[in-house]
Amino acid sequence: MKDSLACEIVVVGAGPAGLAAACTAAGRTRSVAIVDGNTAPGGQIWRGEVRMPGIDRARISQVRLLSDTLVVDCPGDHSLLAVQGDRAVEIRYEKLILATGARERFLPFPGWTLPTVVGTGGLQAIVKGGMRIAGKRVVIAGSGPLLLAVAAYLCRQGARIAMIAEQAPRSAVFRFARTVARSPRKLLQSISLMQSLTGTPYRTGCWPIEAVEGAVTLSRGGKTWSEPCDYLACGFGLVPNTELAALLGCVLQDGFVAVDTCQQTTQPGVFCAGEPTGIGGVEPAIVEGRIAGYCATGRMDEAARLFPERDRGNRFRRALEEAFRLRPELAGLTGPDTIVCRCEDVTFARIAKHGNWRAIKLQTRCGMGPCQGRVCGPAVEFLLGIPPDSVRPPIFPVPVGLLSEDL
Amino acid sequence: MSARTADVVVIGGGIVGAACAEAFSAEGSSVELIEERGIGGGASGAGMGHVTVMDDSEAQFALTRLSVALWEELAASLPAEVEYSRCGALWVAADDEEMAEVARKQRFYLSRGVRAEALDARQVAEAEPNLRPGLAGGLLVPGDRVLYAPCAAAWLVNRAMGRGARVHLGVRATANDAGVVTLSDGGRIEARHVVDATGAASGGLVRPRKGYLAITDRYPGFVRHQLIELGYSKSAHGHDDESVAFNVQPRVTGQVLIGSSRQYGVDDSLVGAHLLSRMLRRARLYMPRIATLHVLRAWTGFRAATPDGLPLIGPSPRNAQVLLATGHEGLGITASLGTARLLADWVAGRTPPIPMEPYLPNRFPAEVPS
Amino acid sequence: MIEILVNGKPVRVAFGTTVAAAILMAGEVVFRRSVRGEARGPLCGIGICFECCVTIDGLPNQRSCQVPCRDGAEVVTAC
Repeated sequence: MKDSLACEIVVVGAGPAGLAAACTAAGRTRSVAIVDGNTAPGGQIWRGEVRMPGIDRARISQVRLLSDTLVVDCPGDHSLLAVQGDRAVEIRYEKLILATGARERFLPFPGWTLPTVVGTGGLQAIVKGGMRIAGKRVVIAGSGPLLLAVAAYLCRQGARIAMIAEQAPRSAVFRFARTVARSPRKLLQSISLMQSLTGTPYRTGCWPIEAVEGAVTLSRGGKTWSEPCDYLACGFGLVPNTELAALLGCVLQDGFVAVDTCQQTTQPGVFCAGEPTGIGGVEPAIVEGRIAGYCATGRMDEAARLFPERDRGNRFRRALEEAFRLRPELAGLTGPDTIVCRCEDVTFARIAKHGNWRAIKLQTRCGMGPCQGRVCGPAVEFLLGIPPDSVRPPIFPVPVGLLSEDL
Repeated sequence: MSARTADVVVIGGGIVGAACAEAFSAEGSSVELIEERGIGGGASGAGMGHVTVMDDSEAQFALTRLSVALWEELAASLPAEVEYSRCGALWVAADDEEMAEVARKQRFYLSRGVRAEALDARQVAEAEPNLRPGLAGGLLVPGDRVLYAPCAAAWLVNRAMGRGARVHLGVRATANDAGVVTLSDGGRIEARHVVDATGAASGGLVRPRKGYLAITDRYPGFVRHQLIELGYSKSAHGHDDESVAFNVQPRVTGQVLIGSSRQYGVDDSLVGAHLLSRMLRRARLYMPRIATLHVLRAWTGFRAATPDGLPLIGPSPRNAQVLLATGHEGLGITASLGTARLLADWVAGRTPPIPMEPYLPNRFPAEVPS
Repeated sequence: MIEILVNGKPVRVAFGTTVAAAILMAGEVVFRRSVRGEARGPLCGIGICFECCVTIDGLPNQRSCQVPCRDGAEVVTAC
């Protein structure tokens, strides 16, 4: 028999949005649980850090935290199936708050499958996992503020950052920097970021066109050159984790989970906060998490007081999207022989023959491997404008043993 | 809009429709194929892809043996992505009663020229080390094969297109009046023959029978043959509302397909946790170590079931201009080529390689699809 | 410090180190071989891409970036 747990409010994800939602809800009911796939709370952004600005830490102790617990299915009404180590856990809820965060977007270019080409957040996570990066030469390429944050972190760990290559044009990045500067806290953050990166070349309008062992070819303003490196850390912004929302039947709009003013999805009693509703980092996520926490416990007035702050967060999200929009030239990096689906080794030429995601999956197996389309899906969407289709359970690979326990 | 004309309009681009389009185009007929979703996107894509000689009845045996021979003729030309694999099938006997069934099955196959080897307990354990100890034995049918049906269907369709067949994707046939097929995009095709290869959507006597499958990550060598419990036939031919049977299959990728289940009276494609876990428990009962393999995905599909377990192949009793090619239940991948051959022979007025009577729709005077 | 074996070679790592980090510190580059035989290593670092899968204590297809090193664990990568 599997374990089971029943709570009034269940939050999926212990990043900023999930922690904020759970702590807010915990003020009203003690029956709050967070289910999180990582070993420690904090999400990808605060992985292993003690400081969690904006989170009411005193309240965390009132929340039941299930770490190392992955939600894999929703077997029935108000119920989730999760996997914790070698056990299956059935989790029953009255209200559900999805705070499933985001992942990096990877774009295929020649050489992107080499073992020395890693995600930007990916390299940071591996270094946080104990890998020594000191003395290694790293090129960071792609798009978005994460490049800077990762560069600063790797610098502090002793890495030599040869270059940061941002695909967005200089004008857009500057416009964004001025938007950020309107918020004093953000300005402070970026100043401290830049200070730790003194001397590191930050090139806008610059992107990788090919990786080979020990070097990456970068392109900027029509010129290309080879930049030696031990690692190329590469990520082109973030994409939301919407698999669980889709499995629950929540409507997605332009790839994000659709929510009303209460952060409620189109499924009654299911709320969503943070990156799955729009990419914007910690601050919008915390506000949305708090609103979801209030609304899920019936405190609309308190939620409403946060709406102006959420509006500011949404403006920030739009500015971010505008500034770091991926340039169409990046789609041209993928050659006919470039692998797009890394699980099944499917090349772009094979995928491009088909007009919809279902045909792509059936005829080429793209998206049918263990990543379940999490890596190739956003790439195919960028390259061909074909959005991924249905989500099938389990939403993470699970041992047969855990899917076959008695209900 | 004035109607185009074609010798044959095939409705349905699953493996059966694809095989019919291929066979009629090989006759020199002009063919138009209509598929609403995608080639091989229905039961063909949802199933396991057996190519197997079955012994439930003489008629089933005749059609499946003919079909396997036709697949074998194509084998050398099939591209790699069809994953045509001669892995053989091993029917697993749990006890002495099932060993008696092994003997019966072996006699049936051998007397009809199909290789089949009876294995004792030790031989079964050697053939499949991940089966649980203590099984009574089994029957190895070395000639059984598996393939990846969506790519097989696409290959057949491409062959037909190479001979001039036209394919209409993303459209439905909305009406068929006096030989004129109307499409959902407004197109009209006047056809001498209309082939209904819409599987579980055929309606009439054909009932959808829902099945579940799960596929694992890659574990090369974990399973070597297609494995089926001898109780499978009870599941396949019983009329219980819900049944499961142990049936796993090695893919050439090293992945393991895990089945099977049969369910009547359900028309939603939902992957229900209850039946999925029941099916996986059945697999664990036979292969305990399968518990550690990671399931990547589970899904459902609908077989086209008929009351007597045989397909409907031939003119519809209600409209002789409509040729039925449906009702193949779990044997559509195997029987697709044989079905297409029978229909092509019928239209050409040739004597078919096997008698067609057992599959003719007029064996059910009423209620067949038209 | 704890010690694990990476392809038979002992590696000493701090408590809490992931298997992926330990593999890299052992000097290994290839974690797994792709379907057509290409060398692959970690990409996402957060357990979603399955590129860092290795065999840990005899269990294949384990995401090394998500598994903390356990003293005495035996890790086998592709070569």
